[in-house]
Amino acid sequence: MSVQSEPVQTFTPGEFHRQAHDALGNPQIRSNFRKAMDGLMAKRRDVFSDWDLEVLRDLGANIRMRALAKLPDLLEQLEANCQANGIRVHWAEDGDEACRIVGEICEARGAKAVIKGKSMVSEEMHLNEHLEAAGIEALESDLGEYLVQLNRQTPSHIIMPAIHLNTDEIADIMHDKTGIERTRDADAMTAAARLQLRKRFMNADVGVSGVNFAVAETGTLCLVENEGNGRMTTTVPPVHIAVTGIEKVVEHLRDVPPLYALLTRSATGQHVTTYFNMIGSPRKPGEHDGPEEVHLVLVDNGRSRIYQDDELLDTLRCIRCGACMNHCPVYTRVGGHTYGTTYPGPIGSILMPHIMGLEATKDLPTASSLCGACGEVCPVKIPIPDLLVRLRKESVGEGRGNVAGAGTKRSKKEAAAWKAFQWLATHPFVWRVGTSVAGKLRALTPSRLGVWTDYRTAPKPAGTTLHALVKRHQANKTHGEDR
Amino acid sequence: MSARDAILKRLKERSDGPLSVPESDFSVVTHRGWSREERLERFERLISSVHGEVVHTTSAEWTLALAEVLQRKKIRRLALGRDHPVAAEAREALGDAEVELVDVDRDIESWQREQFETVDAGLTSTRGAIAETGSLWLWPTADEPRQISLVPSMHIAVLDAERIEDTFFDVIENNAWAGGMPTNALLISGPSKTADIEQTLVYGVHGPRELVVLLRHPREPT
Amino acid sequence: MTPVKCYPSKPEKVYFFGTCLIDMFYPEAGLDAIRLLEREGIEVIFPEDQTCCGQPAHTSGYQSQCRAVALAQLDLFPDPWPIVVPSGSCGGMMSTHYPHLFAGTEHEARAKDVAGRVFELTEFLVHVCHLKLDDRGEPQKLAMHTSCSARREMGLAETGPALLAQLGQVELVEQARTAECCGFGGTFAVRHPEVSAAMVEDKTQAIEAAGAEHFVTSDCGCLMNIAGRFDHRKASVKGEHIASYLWRRTS
Repeated sequence: MSVQSEPVQTFTPGEFHRQAHDALGNPQIRSNFRKAMDGLMAKRRDVFSDWDLEVLRDLGANIRMRALAKLPDLLEQLEANCQANGIRVHWAEDGDEACRIVGEICEARGAKAVIKGKSMVSEEMHLNEHLEAAGIEALESDLGEYLVQLNRQTPSHIIMPAIHLNTDEIADIMHDKTGIERTRDADAMTAAARLQLRKRFMNADVGVSGVNFAVAETGTLCLVENEGNGRMTTTVPPVHIAVTGIEKVVEHLRDVPPLYALLTRSATGQHVTTYFNMIGSPRKPGEHDGPEEVHLVLVDNGRSRIYQDDELLDTLRCIRCGACMNHCPVYTRVGGHTYGTTYPGPIGSILMPHIMGLEATKDLPTASSLCGACGEVCPVKIPIPDLLVRLRKESVGEGRGNVAGAGTKRSKKEAAAWKAFQWLATHPFVWRVGTSVAGKLRALTPSRLGVWTDYRTAPKPAGTTLHALVKRHQANKTHGEDR
Repeated sequence: MSARDAILKRLKERSDGPLSVPESDFSVVTHRGWSREERLERFERLISSVHGEVVHTTSAEWTLALAEVLQRKKIRRLALGRDHPVAAEAREALGDAEVELVDVDRDIESWQREQFETVDAGLTSTRGAIAETGSLWLWPTADEPRQISLVPSMHIAVLDAERIEDTFFDVIENNAWAGGMPTNALLISGPSKTADIEQTLVYGVHGPRELVVLLRHPREPT
Repeated sequence: MTPVKCYPSKPEKVYFFGTCLIDMFYPEAGLDAIRLLEREGIEVIFPEDQTCCGQPAHTSGYQSQCRAVALAQLDLFPDPWPIVVPSGSCGGMMSTHYPHLFAGTEHEARAKDVAGRVFELTEFLVHVCHLKLDDRGEPQKLAMHTSCSARREMGLAETGPALLAQLGQVELVEQARTAECCGFGGTFAVRHPEVSAAMVEDKTQAIEAAGAEHFVTSDCGCLMNIAGRFDHRKASVKGEHIASYLWRRTS
């Protein structure tokens, strides 16, 4: 079995429209996502039914806001407490630097085989490609990540990486890539993957994981999971490297239970995950298992820039539950790959522009009907629709210029159209004359309005405007009759 | 400037100025006010709902329940500690049984493969449990290392009924976790599971396939 | 957290902000809303200089254009009467976004004053007028699509259905995924036409599958989208603004 034989299927945010077109035309993708998202929404609703959800979300938001308010101090405290516990702490400005740090730790141990727990930050860093280029095999151990890696793809969801695949497709992957007899039985396929990966856990030189919460007060790294691969990754190999964004820190240990309660329920509708793994230190003298070395790599990668701006800051509250994508009518229809970014869906659309720049991601902030479903379910109350609008402003050069690529989407034609709109809407007399002349305003709408009529009847301006109707109505009333 | 200093400098010199620090009210995650019976009922219901198997027994006779479980599950090799009373009592009780007791007070490097491939079950004590979510809490020690609740196909955990508290928050606060965290602290809620194959729930992916909780009551369970 | 809104007692007069879509495309819906209010003994003031709330520019990122348009509306409501808007989308823009739009400017206080007086039509009919309806229409199976702005931004998922529930001959049918967006989203339908089309297709199918013969919405954007889709594929289901439906069946 080799996971490195073919190139990884790539998607880019610059091709959002084409990728959306392909996904919409793929009935398999459509039904896989629809079915999965319907199930996840129902499970979330059920699991929160006996909670005062608004109070819990307020607490979640409050804990994250407090952590962000104290972020630099908490990071220093986290570093000091981790170091006191024997965890080595590294800092990386961006993904490349973080990859170099991981690579150097591997090199120092002469590592050839890395086993990975699920980590979106490592996806953001493109760690696997980096390690593969250095001749180190990086194998994903979360079942979904494993399947996606075998299929030479990237995750299509931040919690359920293989959600775009159905059982038949997975049966093919397991058969074609790992040589097992073809079966559609999920138990049998899971058992096969268990056998395949257990060998890898035993033989891995290094385990790489993410972090769900890093507790400053105690220097503790918390990992949330169901499969046990996270515990394997962080316990069995002699070296454990945890990579995480700098925003994942929380102040106190007592801040963890509310966030954990929100995370599992929002993500998959579970009361709790099978494992909550809190890592305090490497193996201590006298202990008989656990890694000899534990490293924590704190990755910035655009986060400290987001941090500067009072409004954008809210983006960093995210605890990566994926509820926003589960409830997003756009994500549900186009799937995760269409976005072409590490984090898809609403959270990706407000986060990735900061990581990749607005020019490369220009279609993401507009890929939302602003229906508000994401903001409504966000466990830490990130005002996602408002942030999408903020990024739209930045895109067309109407924001504060705090985002890389600000203004790159501004077109003279569109700006002129909106200026014309402004002029009309601030000259009521002209507006009344204009609106009463049917069809006049169509010239002002963006040129792609034409596509409206591919699917819908064109709206026809009424013969009379409301302004005119009201006038007539009032005149009639004065004369004691209506109509 | 190092990456560390550069990042911290940017965070400290935030362009929109310092942020206000909100106070937190944690009452939504505590003060459940459940009775002992409610805690027990809830713990059992929740952990059973994720395929944890609860075996009621007593503090006096729990090793009989253990022997019964081992026999029923056809466990041939059981990994367990030595010093903890749970391990000590189990060793004493199982001395004449057919099950082979596997010592875990040796560095894993010397028996990694043995543990992965030949141990059928791991026996551990627990520090307590959480009623709200049906979770056990474990602080692995040198005597009961981390992997024995993870690598063998079955995890048998011994829990005293009076050690069940209402919520995770209560456990952290009442037991002063922040005052001194161990190498590894764990919440375990059922056997390992996955739903990565088209949301089909499958138990026993990387960790144990089965979790048996020997729930010890002070007297005969009614 | 959304503060609990305190509703005033029924006023003598209200301002009516008709919205640009109604002005141009659905003027009868605006007039029917005015008739409903007048039937409750309320004098309806229609400020002649009203144009658009500015939302299209807002959601497109054209902040300065939006602000200029919004500013032109702020002076239309000088007296302290409630402002009734027959759209959750425009109502949400005015009640939620106006204060932010003018924060830190000389217009802030006026924007807040206007925002605080804005009521969506069905909200006003239910919570302020305590409207009682007497259905005179034929039996009909009806679906309601509450706009996302009304539902989430203004928290008004229940007011439309509450009014329809008073119509004795009308059976309000429940669609699958009632709360899901119809795919209009203002300029979204234009910038991402294929995704929007997939959404409206699902919405029309859900309405049909629920057995509805007719549908109503409280927002003309959704109406244009959903009815436009039904019409395009020559389906028999027709739609209208809830104000027209209520007026037609009770007058």
